[in-house]
Amino acid sequence: MMFLRLFEGRLGWGLLLLAGLLFPLIVGNDYHLTVMSTAYIFAIATLGLNLITGYTGQFNLAHSGFMALGAYTLGILTVDHQVPFWIAFALSGVVTVALGLPLGWVSLRLRGHYFSIFTLCVGYILFLVIEKWEGLTHGTVGIIGIPAPAAIGPLTFDTPLKLYYLVLAFLVLGVWVMRRIVNSLMGRTFMAIRNGDELAQALGINLMRNKLVAFLLSVLYAGWSGALYAGFVRFLGPDLASAAHSFDMTMYMLVGGLGTLLGPLLGALMVPWLTQYMQFLQEYRFLIFGPLLILLVIFMPHGIVGSWLGWRARRQSVAAKPVAPTVTAAKPEVRRA
Amino acid sequence: MLEIKNLTKRFGGNAAVNDVSTVIERGKINAIIGPNGAGKTTFFNLIGGVIKPTSGSMTFEGLDIVPLRTDQVACLGVARTFQTTTLFDMATVLDNLIVGHRLRTRSGLWDVLTGSKRLMQDERVCREKARAALDFVGLAHLENRIAGDITQEERKRVAFALALATEPKLVLLDEPAGGVNPEETVGLAALIRKMVAHGLTVCLIEHKMDMIMSLADKILVLNYGEKIAEGTPAEVRANPAVIDAYLGSEHDEIPA
Amino acid sequence: MDVFLQQLLNGLTLGGIYSLVALGLTLVYGILHVPNFAHGAFYMVGAFVALKLMAVWGFNYWLAMLGAAALVAVIAALSERLVFHPLRHASGLHPMIAAIGLLLFLEAGAQALWGADFQRMNTPYTGIVMFAGVTAPVQRLLIIAGAFTLMLVLHLFLTRTVTGSTIVAMAQNRDGASLVGIDANRVAMLTFAISGVLAAVAATLYAPINLVYPAMGNLVITKAFVIIILGGMGSVPGAIVGGLIIGFAESFGAFYLSTDYKDIIAFVLLVVILSLRPQGLFTQGAR
Repeated sequence: MMFLRLFEGRLGWGLLLLAGLLFPLIVGNDYHLTVMSTAYIFAIATLGLNLITGYTGQFNLAHSGFMALGAYTLGILTVDHQVPFWIAFALSGVVTVALGLPLGWVSLRLRGHYFSIFTLCVGYILFLVIEKWEGLTHGTVGIIGIPAPAAIGPLTFDTPLKLYYLVLAFLVLGVWVMRRIVNSLMGRTFMAIRNGDELAQALGINLMRNKLVAFLLSVLYAGWSGALYAGFVRFLGPDLASAAHSFDMTMYMLVGGLGTLLGPLLGALMVPWLTQYMQFLQEYRFLIFGPLLILLVIFMPHGIVGSWLGWRARRQSVAAKPVAPTVTAAKPEVRRA
Repeated sequence: MLEIKNLTKRFGGNAAVNDVSTVIERGKINAIIGPNGAGKTTFFNLIGGVIKPTSGSMTFEGLDIVPLRTDQVACLGVARTFQTTTLFDMATVLDNLIVGHRLRTRSGLWDVLTGSKRLMQDERVCREKARAALDFVGLAHLENRIAGDITQEERKRVAFALALATEPKLVLLDEPAGGVNPEETVGLAALIRKMVAHGLTVCLIEHKMDMIMSLADKILVLNYGEKIAEGTPAEVRANPAVIDAYLGSEHDEIPA
Repeated sequence: MDVFLQQLLNGLTLGGIYSLVALGLTLVYGILHVPNFAHGAFYMVGAFVALKLMAVWGFNYWLAMLGAAALVAVIAALSERLVFHPLRHASGLHPMIAAIGLLLFLEAGAQALWGADFQRMNTPYTGIVMFAGVTAPVQRLLIIAGAFTLMLVLHLFLTRTVTGSTIVAMAQNRDGASLVGIDANRVAMLTFAISGVLAAVAATLYAPINLVYPAMGNLVITKAFVIIILGGMGSVPGAIVGGLIIGFAESFGAFYLSTDYKDIIAFVLLVVILSLRPQGLFTQGAR
């Protein structure tokens, strides 16, 4: 039974990977490749957000600020200081975590709503600083002419197709690592924290340390996805740090299913495509998404994947062979009162 | 085992717990009773490190636990249940219990990223301990049941199992029989006796007098944050101060 | 000295507006225990409605303000009914996400209806009063007068009327209140409506010396959150005092430190204070 489930999991992911690899063959043109690549980039960021918010229960509204941090680090280093792409890439991860550490340490002492409000403010500060500190970030003009990802050995990334596979590779890596994390004891620890700070502590879980680890991992994902974004889109503006992107990613998580692995991924891939096919909606997308978010939260709080997982788990538990009960409470089972 | 001296906690002008001294005795079933608002849960919160005392001392097996965080107290061997336990309703009962043993494991982020042997072993051990704890509370047959589908009494037992999975020495039970019918209460009392028989020390807060009187070895009675009596069930039952405190307030079967 | 008095006036103006907005937010938080991220949208809609009533329908300033307040009150009450009421038992992320959904919807709606451009609201009160060497535009004096009058009215309402005390009671203990027979749902809607009125009036008062655009609520709302955290969630005096503090900090900061970064002042204050006291300035015990 357990073996079968494992196999299904791996097979499922394998199929998804296959779909990703074959995608360019199915799709005719570069435009669609670009849309998908951008979706992949935001999917990586969303995976990060899902770790701190979906799994650990801390709703971080500064996430897009960290994405911008990574993006701008890469942009500034490559454009203003001629740092080679991949070194700048590595450094953008370092910078994001370095800033994430004090910010995380300060904000994670706050519980629940305070944390979210605080991170909303932090995100806003990041946005403001990027906009106003023209000497460093070029202000509202933004950074242009960011180089594309540099060649790694014989592999070059000068066409949309190659860029697509590069981003896909990062996504696969991101998913693989995240899967390791959430299925491990550490993932369970995060979920225990989500269930309740008090109970988690009573189980001997050091709240601050674990929340901080989740937070830093999540901002690392954000920072690196931002760096990828910079190398992909090749110009940056302060808008990347705006809360709108955090809201988008929240949307993806919710549609797919908070606190599942597949959910936010699916959400991050599906929703941009939906918006694509409703082109006129692009600017007004929230006219539909806003109420959609509300309806989802009320009627389907576990998202698509979450609900499906729950349904499947129920079916499996009903089908499971019951083990003979040890006799302590010698009475027949009573259905939930 | 746990020595408490002159423990006091003030919130503003109010003393929620006022100069309470007692000893939680090893291997015994200790109970704390008192009318609503007597400060019982605050008392547990103080022991568990959730709040810091205004004054007084607490010594667990010779160690001063006042400056410790809740998770540190748990690592020392003090487990705790709460009046309401939040389980991960979408997962199986066993899945919920695996994290219970986490505090005894050593693996960290690096182990997770590299998939090290230590992680594999830790996870195996946690799973075994979870199974053992579930079996101990008599719910091995519910291993694969979805946590959201079990009854209230079963939830209470799962909460016990979670506390047991931490391999504690002392277990603090906050209203373990809350919302449970009389038949089931007897079952839970038997479970508590079983825990003590296996070498644990138990301290529980309860409102159900018949359960306490037949179960407890030693009772501490609080009223308005102060200790008004302490002793065996017989002694406490006859104590005029205790009877006085309960006059005018119903004492049986009140959920907090 | 003149400069100082000038900044004092500015501080009072800003403080009055912030206090009004924070008051609405804190009342709602006290009842619902959910931070209403959409409050900034109520603010924004209030300004737009007043603007359109004046520009298109020819209302005068005060009538437009009344109309805006009424409409936003309705929108707010509807939001409570449709969005927050179904989620009243949900905890954690979901109510916050719903509030964000509401915010996004209202902002997108405003943009769809009225465009994304910055618009100006004209008022008949363009005069200037000079006293004690201070240049006091009449509009600013109006803001101060209007804001504090409204706060006084609210205070009287909350303390002298039955409905008002009910709201206060509920803000302190929702379950206890319903045990005593208070209809929690009606009170919740009413509180939301009141918060809408406060937001709309604040927006209409402030709009003439600012600009009107769909995102105008964002900055104000984040500052309002800072205020209620500092002043205590659910505390009316806290919101007023907090609003004034932030108002003064910003005016003086903008002048003596830097206009570019003045918006950060509120957030820096929040960061500093919460770092030292994670439970806020005025809350006692665990939150």
